Amino acid sequence: MHNMKNPRNFLFVVFFVALILFFIDIPVPINFGKLKLPVVNKTLNFDLDTSRLNLNVGPVKVQRDLSYKLGLDLQGGTSLTYQVDMKNVPSAQRDDAFAGARNVIDRRVNFFGVTEPTIQSLKLGSEYRIIVDLPGATQIDQALDLIGRTAQLTFWEEGTQKIATAEANLYPLGLTSIYKNRPLETKLTGKDLKSAQVTYGSNGNGTPQVQLNFSSTGTKYFADITQRNVGKQVAIVLDNIAISAPVVQQPILNGNAVISGNFTQDQAKSLQIQLNSGALPAPLKLIGQSTVGPSLGIESLKKSLLGGIIGFLSVAVFMIFLYRKEGFLASVALVIYTIIVLFIFKVIPITLTLAGIAGFILSIGMAVDANILIFERMREEVRLGKPAQVATRLGFSRAWPSIRDSNISSLITTFILFYFGSGIIRGFAIALFIGIAVSLFSAIVVTRNLLRVFEKDVVVRKK
Amino acid sequence: MNIVKNKKLYFLLSGIVIIPGLISLALFGLKPSIDFTGGSRLEFSYKKGVDEGAVRKIFADRKAKVDSINSVAPNTLSVRTAPLEQPVKTAIITSLKNKYPDIVEKSFDTVGPTIGAETESNALKAVLIASIAITLYIAFAFRKVSKPVASWKFGVCAIAALLHDILVVVGIFSILGWLFKVEVDSLFITALLTVMGFSVHDTIVVFDRIRENLGKNYSLPFEDVVNNSLLETLNRSLNTSLTVIIVLFALLIFGGESIRWFVVALLAGIVSGTYSSIFNASQLLVVWYEWDKRNKNKKK
Repeated sequence: MHNMKNPRNFLFVVFFVALILFFIDIPVPINFGKLKLPVVNKTLNFDLDTSRLNLNVGPVKVQRDLSYKLGLDLQGGTSLTYQVDMKNVPSAQRDDAFAGARNVIDRRVNFFGVTEPTIQSLKLGSEYRIIVDLPGATQIDQALDLIGRTAQLTFWEEGTQKIATAEANLYPLGLTSIYKNRPLETKLTGKDLKSAQVTYGSNGNGTPQVQLNFSSTGTKYFADITQRNVGKQVAIVLDNIAISAPVVQQPILNGNAVISGNFTQDQAKSLQIQLNSGALPAPLKLIGQSTVGPSLGIESLKKSLLGGIIGFLSVAVFMIFLYRKEGFLASVALVIYTIIVLFIFKVIPITLTLAGIAGFILSIGMAVDANILIFERMREEVRLGKPAQVATRLGFSRAWPSIRDSNISSLITTFILFYFGSGIIRGFAIALFIGIAVSLFSAIVVTRNLLRVFEKDVVVRKK
Repeated sequence: MNIVKNKKLYFLLSGIVIIPGLISLALFGLKPSIDFTGGSRLEFSYKKGVDEGAVRKIFADRKAKVDSINSVAPNTLSVRTAPLEQPVKTAIITSLKNKYPDIVEKSFDTVGPTIGAETESNALKAVLIASIAITLYIAFAFRKVSKPVASWKFGVCAIAALLHDILVVVGIFSILGWLFKVEVDSLFITALLTVMGFSVHDTIVVFDRIRENLGKNYSLPFEDVVNNSLLETLNRSLNTSLTVIIVLFALLIFGGESIRWFVVALLAGIVSGTYSSIFNASQLLVVWYEWDKRNKNKKK
């Protein structure tokens, strides 16, 4: 398996890396104090803030948030599950309507000013769902009211009356910077827009543009508007915010309008999604809600961490009691195991939930299993009269098939849990999976090398 | 020590644990939580004297259909209702706070009937597919073993041990549901699947040793090979289970109410998994072997 020439060197590397990871694992910033260099008159700051990664070495510039992601059950907050009702949307346009609905929710949630919301869209067969996670104690009544509303798309034109500064906030956001005069709302709304698509310009250069298709009433309204506004801007407003204000080049009578400009592919796509969210208004239905009060969240976090620490210590004590020196070495491997798992949680990052922490703690128990298998095997070999060094080697190689086979069956269950589970179950499955995978590494590589180094002194007790 | 000889006694002991659970399951079933049935659950804590009747009335005033009110922890009530709309829930909280100013809303969950039905069918699928995947895996892992017992028989015996553990856990939760109104939720299914993984994990270690010893001792009777293998792996089985049990106990005592029943399900399953892998799975293999041998002899 492992063929490092010198286990001592290998262990040194493992411990060194583990030490670095340990400091990254610590959830709060650490202050090592300041060092004043009198010669160059500079102060070196030894602050280690492990909630951010700020790498700036020559060409390598990495900036990342490196704090633990806590699930709503641990930090408190509300999770909302919406079903997008596609009853009135033709099946060919459902994906567009879905993207539109998600976009609307994105903007509304951002507008609401929640810190770090997460929004996921989920398509299950013919079901379209959007899950909104709002951490912290949010005004849920207001949030629900705002998020659940169907999107409103309106078209505006410039009026003739001068606008007074005081009334600027009476109009949708952004309109007063487009128009000098008072904006007027036209009769045309999202109801009259059949769909929007990204097309590519016919003028040869193929620049992306957005094409609008109106219904018959929409065509009529739009013809009136464009006839009135040649050379002027018509503003498109979604949920009270101006999203586009193209200039009318000529009257459009057939209902096929194109918004062109120096769009990039992404910009055209984003405008198309916004227009569709108004054109294909799919009502949102709240089908699931879960609110955890902040007090319960913190309580759960504290309790599960305490449970984990006590569990960890008891396992270490138990192992030392059972296997003495090897037990101690296994506990050292267990510490490294914990450091690595926490590091992976932080880096990927894995959202920590109550079930996830339970999965992790459970995997501590399983991590020890590989060591127990090996140690028991070593004892057997010693009992058969083999010298300690040979017994160590045989213990590892003979225990390996059992370790491999039994862990694969556990990994199979984690895959199935992940595939069929929702939210909490997935958190548990991921934590358990990472735990099992890392435990194999720590048991096989770390403990093995620890034993190799201390092999000379190890006298496996005969029973 | 011979732990194969008394196999009937071990099967009996399993029966004593499983049969009451099965009876309870037949009579009372399991109490599914809103995760599966759909509905709302409001949990709040209070400092002193909250009257259940008064709480019921506050819900009834808002036309919220109350299914049950349980005390889930000291000074904490959990009210389960038909699905509640947010405005109704807000109104209920306001009324509750008017009557009892010191109540704190701990959590509120609503599961729509669609999601409930979906969770239920996913849970069943997961358990079914996990069982199939594990059988296939064991048949694969033991493919080189063919004498005196075919590799697929190892798989079937491991699954029998696994079913044993599932029945123990499900039975215990049926009884707990009947006695203490303990509900079965998504976490319970998670625990069940974890127990399945662990149970097979444990059984495989024993079977692995049987496989190894079969390769070494051609002369010994099958029963003795199995017994030796069990004895050789006994320390490991007990020590491993003990570490997991220690960890789970720490979680049970210090881990808080939210995951209490989850931990109980894991504990029950892991104790049962250890028992079934030491006292049932391999003995079953021996019973099967002897039965085959008797049949062969009859034919001769």
